[in-house]
Amino acid sequence: MKNQSTSNSLEYLKYSAPRRFFHKFYLFLRAIPKGLLELLLAIGGFFRGIALYFVRETRDVIDTYKNGDKITRTSFFIMGFSSLARGQILRGILFLAFQIVFILYTALWGWRWIAKLSFRGLETTKVVPGNPIVIGGVEYSENVTVYGDNNLQIMIYGVLSLLFVLCFLYTWRVNVRQSKLSQELLAQGKRPKRAKDDLRAALDSQFHKTVLALPTLGILFFTVIPIIIMVMVAFTNYDANHTPPSNLFHWVGLDNFNQIFTWTSEGGSRAFSATFGEILTWTLIWAFFATFSNYFLGMLVAMMINKKGIRLKKLWRTILVLTIAVPQFISLLYVSKLFADEGLINRFLLEAGWIKQAIPFWTDATLARVMVILVNIWVGIPYQMLITTGVLMNIPADLYESARIDGARPFQQYVKITLPYMLFVTGPYLLTNFIGNMNNFNVIYLLTGGAPYTQPYAGAGKTDLLITWLYRLTVTNNDYKRAAVIGIMVFLVVAVISLIVYNLMPSIKSEEEFQ
Amino acid sequence: MGSAKTKKRAANAAIYALLIIICILWLIPFVLILLQSLRAEPYSGMSGYILPRIWGLKNYVYLFRETSFPVWYGNTLIIALASALLQTAMVMLTGYGLSRLRFKGRRFLMNAVLVLGMFPGFLTMIILYYVLKSAGMTQSGAVPGLILVYVASSGMGYYVAKGFLDTIPRSLDEAARVDGATKAQIFWRVTMPLSKPIIIYTLLTAFMAPFTDYIFASYIAFGEPSGYNVAVGLYSWLQKDMISSHFTAFCAGGVCVAVPVTLLFLLLQKYYVEGVTGGAVKG
Repeated sequence: MKNQSTSNSLEYLKYSAPRRFFHKFYLFLRAIPKGLLELLLAIGGFFRGIALYFVRETRDVIDTYKNGDKITRTSFFIMGFSSLARGQILRGILFLAFQIVFILYTALWGWRWIAKLSFRGLETTKVVPGNPIVIGGVEYSENVTVYGDNNLQIMIYGVLSLLFVLCFLYTWRVNVRQSKLSQELLAQGKRPKRAKDDLRAALDSQFHKTVLALPTLGILFFTVIPIIIMVMVAFTNYDANHTPPSNLFHWVGLDNFNQIFTWTSEGGSRAFSATFGEILTWTLIWAFFATFSNYFLGMLVAMMINKKGIRLKKLWRTILVLTIAVPQFISLLYVSKLFADEGLINRFLLEAGWIKQAIPFWTDATLARVMVILVNIWVGIPYQMLITTGVLMNIPADLYESARIDGARPFQQYVKITLPYMLFVTGPYLLTNFIGNMNNFNVIYLLTGGAPYTQPYAGAGKTDLLITWLYRLTVTNNDYKRAAVIGIMVFLVVAVISLIVYNLMPSIKSEEEFQ
Repeated sequence: MGSAKTKKRAANAAIYALLIIICILWLIPFVLILLQSLRAEPYSGMSGYILPRIWGLKNYVYLFRETSFPVWYGNTLIIALASALLQTAMVMLTGYGLSRLRFKGRRFLMNAVLVLGMFPGFLTMIILYYVLKSAGMTQSGAVPGLILVYVASSGMGYYVAKGFLDTIPRSLDEAARVDGATKAQIFWRVTMPLSKPIIIYTLLTAFMAPFTDYIFASYIAFGEPSGYNVAVGLYSWLQKDMISSHFTAFCAGGVCVAVPVTLLFLLLQKYYVEGVTGGAVKG
């Protein structure tokens, strides 16, 4: 096996440059099934890990009960009992308080939210006539709105309540483990940890918990839970016609996903799937051109600035960096208006008599697509120039020296030394950049807003990326269910691309190893 | 020999010419914005000429006297300052925890953040809006709401900070450990003083982000001008019904936003460049 790979890479070195490219492209395509398989295996392994974890924990809990004394066994039912009885007062109080709060909350509110998650038998909001008021002999009756259930609220509280249950189970498990631990410690004649020890540990051996508690909680409440709820929304019919509290929505299973993949024309779903396909294709094309045009042109600019004998290096660099500093919404909005039908360029050309009609920079689909890529080059080159400059400086100078002695021309030096080194070092960056471009909201939204809006599905445009489409589906169309589906699709596309590229990268690396 | 020298000189001349063209191309839009903002003619929509026919500061006076621009600017500044400080704290805590501490679940946490990052950022917009609305933090209360949204999940952007912290030699920690320092003391007294470049980088990028954010800001402050930031406010002036009367004011507003931010950026350019290049090379 090892022999084979060596001979392969030797073979590879003999290829000409275009053939190498195709070889690499072939490797990339070949890696796709393997990448997908590994993804499935990884998911399987993840669930297997979880299952094993539960088995292990359950076994330990049973053992603890069997071997436990009375105090340990009592703390199975009254949390913190063991801690209180064994001198860990603070811990005991916290455990007990948590149990009381949990039971009260779940009994009074929690179970109701969880039960309502089925969205069955909900109260709709109604307008009913209120108590009649008599003013000056005339009877007035004012209508009163009686608010019923709200799906969104149910989802949020329901998910939070479920999470609270999980949290309780985990705390209960910790409580059991600690009972076991302190029972063993006492049996060995040692003293279990007190509050003072806990505080000291928080600043020392357990410092990672102190440091990461706040960021993790922030991510949990502002990213994880909202994502869970949005994934749930993808399985409902939450849209402009079903907006709570006036119109409730309900579960629809996989209907929304079917609309993307089926080509039957029922309720305009064909327009939706066609549009989805087109926008996905354009998103990938855009990400490809946006990433690689910036990459190579930025490298070119950096090499020009860094070339020996070019003066004022700092000035060139500062001028380009300056353009990063100006907030994008100013520069992009201005450029967008610059090329508008009524904008400076068109008017100037019209008034000078060089053109008869305004050039449709943003209204012709193809031209608009070319324009956003060009303007993106304008936006991206300064960043790329900075990054490339950093990498170029690290290339050992003697590589070039010996190449020069061997009589390599500048272009050969570029192809044999600079480019492979750059690709080697910035490989992961290229991937993140590609994904960043797939989700490049600002450039598209501020330049064209997705226009021209000539996609089969209403409101979608020719320069729309999945991400800008998602935004407009949410804000303009209130089509939340479809927005959620598109969000999930973006996630899947990004995840698959990342996995494949990550799996491929070691092979690229071993081929381009530098000594 | 002589011909080689001439060749080289010609190549350099070509490069200079290209660089000059590039710089002009990159600067033109900003020069145009500045010139448009100095147009003092009665008509303040888009024009077909580059140099103003009447020069003057009319647009700037209008901007600060008669529009909500000062309010938007104040909102943006408050958001930018608060979120710069809090985000930096979050990012440094996360970066430190994941870079220099070893504990069970570290890999899981990093993978989880990686996977979460693959969801488009504002997929969850409606949920956050709903939650913030019930807490009274939308529309006119958008400023604290936006700060909360920016800061809460900012730990997810720990990569650059971690990349930097990874390069601080571990032997420093061990030496302090031998001297009896706790991990918290190492954090404060050893690592943080050495992290000045990355702290400044994080502060700078976090400060600049709210000036550009349109997505969340427009959704959370929806329809209530007193809660806008500059991006949302100025964007509203370029809509069909506003642009013919507010285009030059937009340009003036753009200049007012861009100048201080750019100056700050140029002042701290060194740190920015270090952060960007370091982050890219480590991936």
